[in-house]
Amino acid sequence: MFEIFGIPSQALFGQLLLGLINGSFYALLSLGLAVIFGMLNIINFAHGAQYMMGAFAAYLLLQHLGLNYWEALVIAPIVIGAIGIVIERLFLQHLRNLDPLYGLLLTFGLALIIEGLFRNAYGSSGQPYQVPPALQGGHNLGFMFLPNYRAWVIALSVVICFATWFAIERTRLGSYLRAATENPVLVRAFGINVPRMVTLTYGFGVALAALAGVMAAPIYNVSPQMGSDLIIVVFAVVVIGGMGSIMGAILTGFALGIVEGLTKVFYPEASNTVIFVIMAIVLLIRPAGLFGRRA
Amino acid sequence: MAAVLDPSADKSGRKSGRSLAVAFAVMVALFAIAPFVAYPIFLMKALCFALFACAFNLLIGYVGLASFGHALFFGWASYVTAYAVKIWGLSPELAIVAGAATAAVLGLIVGSLAIRRQGIYFAMITLALSQMMYFFALQAKFTGGEDGIQGVPRGRLCGVFDLSNEMTMYVFVVVVVLAGFLLIYRIINSPFGEVLKAIRENEQRAISLGYAVDRYKLVAFVLSATLSGLAGSLKALVFQLASLTDVHWTMSGDVLLMTLLGGLGTVFGPVVGAFLVVAMQNYLAPFGQWVLVIQGAIFVVCVLAFRRGIVGEIARLLRVAL
Repeated sequence: MFEIFGIPSQALFGQLLLGLINGSFYALLSLGLAVIFGMLNIINFAHGAQYMMGAFAAYLLLQHLGLNYWEALVIAPIVIGAIGIVIERLFLQHLRNLDPLYGLLLTFGLALIIEGLFRNAYGSSGQPYQVPPALQGGHNLGFMFLPNYRAWVIALSVVICFATWFAIERTRLGSYLRAATENPVLVRAFGINVPRMVTLTYGFGVALAALAGVMAAPIYNVSPQMGSDLIIVVFAVVVIGGMGSIMGAILTGFALGIVEGLTKVFYPEASNTVIFVIMAIVLLIRPAGLFGRRA
Repeated sequence: MAAVLDPSADKSGRKSGRSLAVAFAVMVALFAIAPFVAYPIFLMKALCFALFACAFNLLIGYVGLASFGHALFFGWASYVTAYAVKIWGLSPELAIVAGAATAAVLGLIVGSLAIRRQGIYFAMITLALSQMMYFFALQAKFTGGEDGIQGVPRGRLCGVFDLSNEMTMYVFVVVVVLAGFLLIYRIINSPFGEVLKAIRENEQRAISLGYAVDRYKLVAFVLSATLSGLAGSLKALVFQLASLTDVHWTMSGDVLLMTLLGGLGTVFGPVVGAFLVVAMQNYLAPFGQWVLVIQGAIFVVCVLAFRRGIVGEIARLLRVAL
């Protein structure tokens, strides 16, 4: 045990770790929002609800089918992503030529429906979800105690974020995606099925949210409203980062998680609001966001 | 958005003026009969929300700015009014002015930040800032946290009219709401309002014509926030309560739903939408969370098939402006 700025190292690094965990979720969710926004020009308000559905999928797979965390980690994103594809086909594709505002309103309505249905079925109180046996316990690093599960969440989200960035920025498929973002008509003229790409992109973004939900299930309680409060913070993260860049969304997410963690140590009263305050400051100094391009 | 939003394109100015006058007379008559048919407290709630939705419509319907954070102005004004009456012992009219003034100041701050970005960013920024103020309300001492400010006395209006009488209160609410309604109508039909509509239709063009678009947007935002605050202040007196519900983001969603359902950019739409949504919340309350599901479904249906809203559709069928 030692102290930094009069704060015991355990407390400091503990909060830093919590901040990194929150940051992992901010990064995963704002990444999904950025990917969806790039292709569909829609802000997916249902992202929080889809994250919640991921967590519930893990819980229900365990309760009813006896499938464990590792199986849920694969199955839940696929199932929820498929639901996302259905949503895109049923609703969102009809909004393509309208003001993006309508996409926001529609997904807001979907978020209300999903949250209402889950509240009806499972009440407002949370359901516990056990940390998988392989990841229970932790290591004492000397300056802090590191629970294995939290280390796993951080590592996995870094890997997923980087893989997504790589797929979009460095592969052939990603180059199609980026081209279709810039000029969908021209890309269609080259014989690429852009509407299908749009649908799959939405499914992928939703699957990312669901994956984040499964990862969150053992840390936070699985509850119907777990997504709606988080999504507002993620919106602030997206405003700060600007949605122009995938890497920007990832870095902003992690950085703001850490800032929030540090605020909990030094000035706990502001920890709920610090991200919104940063958003206001960024809007004053760089209205387009840290990584954004002026539209 | 533009094509959808403008069912009331003024092609025949005189005809639209007459239909609006008739509709206004019908509305006033209904307000006069209503307290003998329905519970005054329910009507007063709906009236407060009608004013809130009209103020909100001024922004989304006539400037094309979608705020997701209007609960901030509604809720904080209701806190200030409740506090001013209960703790400072201010008279109701002064407390309402204090509430609306608070909303105006908040509107100036939030507006000047939010108009720095367009479109959906605007929506996200207003939502985030209102969530920030929600957390302030949760932690601040004077708001009473989870309990809110309860048992707010209604007091005597101008020292004469006793507002604890339901009918007196009802008349007061109707007068204030109608005054707010007429003010909004005056704003959207002034030269200032025409510039706002020009910004909604084509912002780049308005800029190229030499209008200081940001300044117009900010003034519209502050007006909308102030009138939302007025509605919130009234609500605090009607229910004798200011609570976290009023500042929560779901309240911003409610007012959006009322405006969308009634008809974006219509004069009477928000009033109709407010009465429908409040009635629905009232009658469906025993069914718990189904209210949320139904509200969500209305959003989806309105966006997919019904973008003009109820009043917008009626206006289109009758070929008049409403």
